[in-house]
Amino acid sequence: MWTIARRELFSLLLSPLAWVVLALMQAVLAWFFMLGLDYYLYQRSALPILPEQQGFTFIVVHTLFDRAGVLLLLIAPLLSMRLISEERRQQRLALLLTAPLSNTQIVLGKYLGLLGFFSLLSLLLSLMPLSLLAGGSPDWGHLAAALLGFWCLAAAATAVGLYFSAISPHPALAAIGSFGVLLMLWLLDWSGAGVGVVGALSLYQHYQGLLSGVINSADLSYFFSLTGIFLILSAGQLRRLVNP
Amino acid sequence: MSDILLVAEQLYRHYGRVSAVQELSFSLARGQILGLLGPNGAGKSTTLRMLAGLLVPSAGRVWLLGEDLQQAPPRLRAALGYLPEQPPLYPELRVAEYLAFCARLRGLRGAAVAAAVARVCEQCGLSTVVQRVIGQLSRGYQQRVGIAQAIIHEPAVVILDEPTVGLDPVQIQEIRNLITALSARHALILSTHILPEAQALCSQVLIIKAGRAVLSETRAGLAARLHTDSLLLGLRRPPPLALLQAVPGVSAVAWLDAQRLRVQHRPDAHLAETLVAAAVAGDWGLFELIPEQRSLEHIFVALAGDDTLPGAD
Repeated sequence: MWTIARRELFSLLLSPLAWVVLALMQAVLAWFFMLGLDYYLYQRSALPILPEQQGFTFIVVHTLFDRAGVLLLLIAPLLSMRLISEERRQQRLALLLTAPLSNTQIVLGKYLGLLGFFSLLSLLLSLMPLSLLAGGSPDWGHLAAALLGFWCLAAAATAVGLYFSAISPHPALAAIGSFGVLLMLWLLDWSGAGVGVVGALSLYQHYQGLLSGVINSADLSYFFSLTGIFLILSAGQLRRLVNP
Repeated sequence: MSDILLVAEQLYRHYGRVSAVQELSFSLARGQILGLLGPNGAGKSTTLRMLAGLLVPSAGRVWLLGEDLQQAPPRLRAALGYLPEQPPLYPELRVAEYLAFCARLRGLRGAAVAAAVARVCEQCGLSTVVQRVIGQLSRGYQQRVGIAQAIIHEPAVVILDEPTVGLDPVQIQEIRNLITALSARHALILSTHILPEAQALCSQVLIIKAGRAVLSETRAGLAARLHTDSLLLGLRRPPPLALLQAVPGVSAVAWLDAQRLRVQHRPDAHLAETLVAAAVAGDWGLFELIPEQRSLEHIFVALAGDDTLPGAD
């Protein structure tokens, strides 16, 4: 399992795609970070009574991670699309399936490999707000919650991407499929009313919960279940590939 | 029984309403090289995929080391090495990295990994390219890396799907030598659509047509079946036909062109010797003498009893 994960991460870091994604993501988010900072400075000059710490973390971090979440919806399908479908196309799946490993181990290996990459991305992302340490101290709890939220979102998006990669014979098809599902879950509750089933299923709602600095078990279990369901489906799909 | 490593028992595989493999049974013992021979689309790859556990048979069973491959836990697969038609390579990795990955994937750990990589590099002649990136290697070397991957964990059974396809003659010879060397330590099963290859490599040949086994023969048995009772004879100064027909053992002679003839003879006659002696004595200018062999197509036709040639080369 760890062998597969390590190889996956290693190959990803050897591919230009990963570095381009990292670079673009950093560049775009740096811009958003600057805009957020600018907005905060403007706010502060207008409303000087805001408690310093709260205002700065709330505005800058919230804006940054909110935009990062949207970008993640775009890049997660791109990075996950090849996980299994490319192996199938190159007849490399045979290598994994003939190894003395269970389907669950193969799926988890693939999953953890990409999740490792997203963890790296999360760390890079958190460097930006940390740079503000030079001028003040952030609300650590809030920052940690937002980071956890981003990581959970990445974990869920990777699982969805992995499943679509397992069912699609072509990577492009997998990317379109997982992007469609993620976008649908994201936009499900765009109005923000957040009531009933629609609210409960909304990716955006649960992400916002963590971004606002509240670590809520309902939000965490949502991401956990979403991840779990798609990982189980992926393992089942591997079984179907062997017995069509 | 102890030396039978792999048994295929009444294998069937259907794809929808098409049946790719029907009623296929055979067994493989240690030290054997079993060749699955048949035209493209005969069901060779399907069969090998079933043996490797990559495809569940519609009916029938595969027994590996006495255990049912479908029911047994995944760890049984450590006894299998499989090379698909296209070697399962990661072009971005170096040969050593890739082989170490394969070794760990098959459950080797620690110092055993490096030792296994060194061993297969030696066995497969990869020592000069260990630090090269796989994507930049030639097709022949990539194929060797593919074989190295299949034997890195010293499996009891090695399954090779068309191991020499797409290689040039020198590379083909190298791969064949490698396969022959491997048979000392492993039981091998390979597929091919080239008759001479099966003859050159395999101790046992199973001929498959349209998913069914039509013939199972040892190497010697196959050679006997390929043997025909005719010779091709090339003479610069051919004598009259009557003179040739008078040679003892000859049953019929026919002209192919001005200098070539086909000579039919009785099965027990050792005609080549007699003909050479006669040609020298009569100064016929012998320049060619070829015992005729049946082609794969002829065998198919003879065995299947129909006159439609299978679409093979």
